[in-house]
Amino acid sequence: MIYRLVVENLKHRPIRTLLSAIAIGVQVTMILTLVGVSEGVLGDMATRSRGTGADILVRPPGSSVLAFSGDMPQGIVGLVRKEPHVVLATGTKVQSIGNFDSITGINLDEFNAMSTGLRYIEGGPFKGPDDLLIDDVYASAHKLHAGATLNLGLQWRVAGVVESGKLSHLFAPLESLQEKYSATNKVSVVYVKLDDPQNMQAVIDSLHLKLTDYKVFSVDEFVSLISVNSVPMLKTFTNVVVGISVIGGLFIVFLTMYTAVLERTREIGILKALGGSPGYVMGILMRETFLLAVVGAIAGILMSYGTQWIMRTFVPTMPMFIVYRWWPWAVLIALSGSMIGAIYPGLKAAKQDAIEALAYD
Amino acid sequence: MTSGANNNASMIEIRDLKKTYKVGEIEVHALRGVDLSVARGEFVSVVGPSGSGKSTLFHILGGLTPPTSGTIHIDNRDLLAMSEAERTHLRKTTVGFVFQKYNLLPTLSASDNIEIARHIAHKTGPRDPQFNDMLGLLGLTGRLHHKPRALSGGEQQRVAIARALVNHPALLLADEPTGNLDSENSTAVLTLLRDLNSRLGQTILMITHNPEAAAYGHRILTMRDGRVV
Ligand SMILES: Nc1ncnc2c1ncn2[C@@H]1O[C@H](COP(=O)(O)OP(=O)(O)OP(=O)(O)O)[C@@H](O)[C@H]1O
Ligand SMILES: [Mg+2]
Repeated sequence: MIYRLVVENLKHRPIRTLLSAIAIGVQVTMILTLVGVSEGVLGDMATRSRGTGADILVRPPGSSVLAFSGDMPQGIVGLVRKEPHVVLATGTKVQSIGNFDSITGINLDEFNAMSTGLRYIEGGPFKGPDDLLIDDVYASAHKLHAGATLNLGLQWRVAGVVESGKLSHLFAPLESLQEKYSATNKVSVVYVKLDDPQNMQAVIDSLHLKLTDYKVFSVDEFVSLISVNSVPMLKTFTNVVVGISVIGGLFIVFLTMYTAVLERTREIGILKALGGSPGYVMGILMRETFLLAVVGAIAGILMSYGTQWIMRTFVPTMPMFIVYRWWPWAVLIALSGSMIGAIYPGLKAAKQDAIEALAYD
Repeated sequence: MTSGANNNASMIEIRDLKKTYKVGEIEVHALRGVDLSVARGEFVSVVGPSGSGKSTLFHILGGLTPPTSGTIHIDNRDLLAMSEAERTHLRKTTVGFVFQKYNLLPTLSASDNIEIARHIAHKTGPRDPQFNDMLGLLGLTGRLHHKPRALSGGEQQRVAIARALVNHPALLLADEPTGNLDSENSTAVLTLLRDLNSRLGQTILMITHNPEAAAYGHRILTMRDGRVV
């Protein structure tokens, strides 16, 4: 019965209810999008790291997990190659070109040997120093085909489109990339393939000894390090967004419910004349808020599929995951902000003088 | 008619009841010493000029506001000794209110308006047959699923009366129940009140400005300047 009143009250002001629910939903979408993009980008990175087929990777001293741009001398590659059990070692140069994109310089033959080969959807391998390979994700995002020219600060020609999931979205010949960006004989990461993964620890230990201060990871270890925790400030940033959502939801619900209480003095008076206690009156408002927040949270979850579509369409290189794990949190965040926001209007309604409320003017 | 405090046949016993509202610095003496006895089963009309304290008397009887001094018993219970929560309970169980207009919750159907009163009083399950008889008296069958705005003023008042009585209160307080109605609807509502009184023995106090309406009661009580004269 009381739920019929609650639902009817919400339906009584459909626009206000809808707008408040959407506003609560936007907070939820904001959180889910942030979390989804964080996990999506990192997950994509992990997939692409595994897609190299390497067992071990070596990074320059002082580099962080996610910033690939630090450089080391190309001579390291030769050094690593001499290690026992190392079958293949290839150096890559990661060149950031802004917009979260980067070009990876590779030695195509070595990379193919390690990764079981790039698979061409269109076109073929590099033919000249200005040739670029792009993956299908990047191609569809920018509507590019083999043969197209592409300006990424410098002019490139798309030699081929390859299947995604291996190392990078954009590949250039290593030497030409080094030359174009004045980084001759510099590489960012050395990928290493072993004869037998059994020897992993031995090789890592030995490399650590020879390359003091260099970062040597097994790919598994590296992938496990690719997490929200390894991105500086991301966790803090997420917490800030969550905090803003709670406060935003709080204000929205405060305003919605406050105006509802103001326009319902008469109804509140009637409920009290019928013997409704202050708690009963407040309970109705809190239930309305609860329902509003749940509807808002569901709207927010649905809208996060919308932001996923937007990301996929306009920024496909930054994939967004739907992180189900966060749904209960998002609902909880929407609920907590909303319920806190409803307390003051609820108390105001509960305390309202029935006689004044029943006066006619 | 009976008199004397705590008589079992007595529904209302009031002695020297005073109510003073404080509006900022100013004291408004709404009731200046009311003496009143109402017997069980009586239908009493209350008349008097505007501002004479009629509504205030009702609000105190219904526990919506506490009195300032005096003694007041409803159904042999001392209102002055009651806490806020006990007065809330009184409204739930012992007193039913009908106001001049806008009695109903606009978002609920007529039927749900009645149900909510039962819900507040923690009554569940089907309505008792007695109440269904009363719905017959109302002449509202077929209109109960409508929202208040789809009902005429007279129909709304009849729903309000039904809602006030659904929990079988000892006392029905109607504050100008026909004040907003045309004569046809007034007659329907007044006839209903009289039927409820004569057939079910419902004790009723009704405020009115209309002498014709007042004549429906067993007796007429006149108030002036916060006193019964
Ligand atoms: N909540 C209140 N606060 C302050 N003064 C009040 C309040 N309610 C009533 N009064 C005052 O008490 C006096 C009696 O008012 P009351 O409403 O009881 O009169 P009434 O007989 O019902 O009048 P009417 O016929 O116009 O309804 C009036 O002077 C009124 O202004
Ligand atoms: Mg009045």
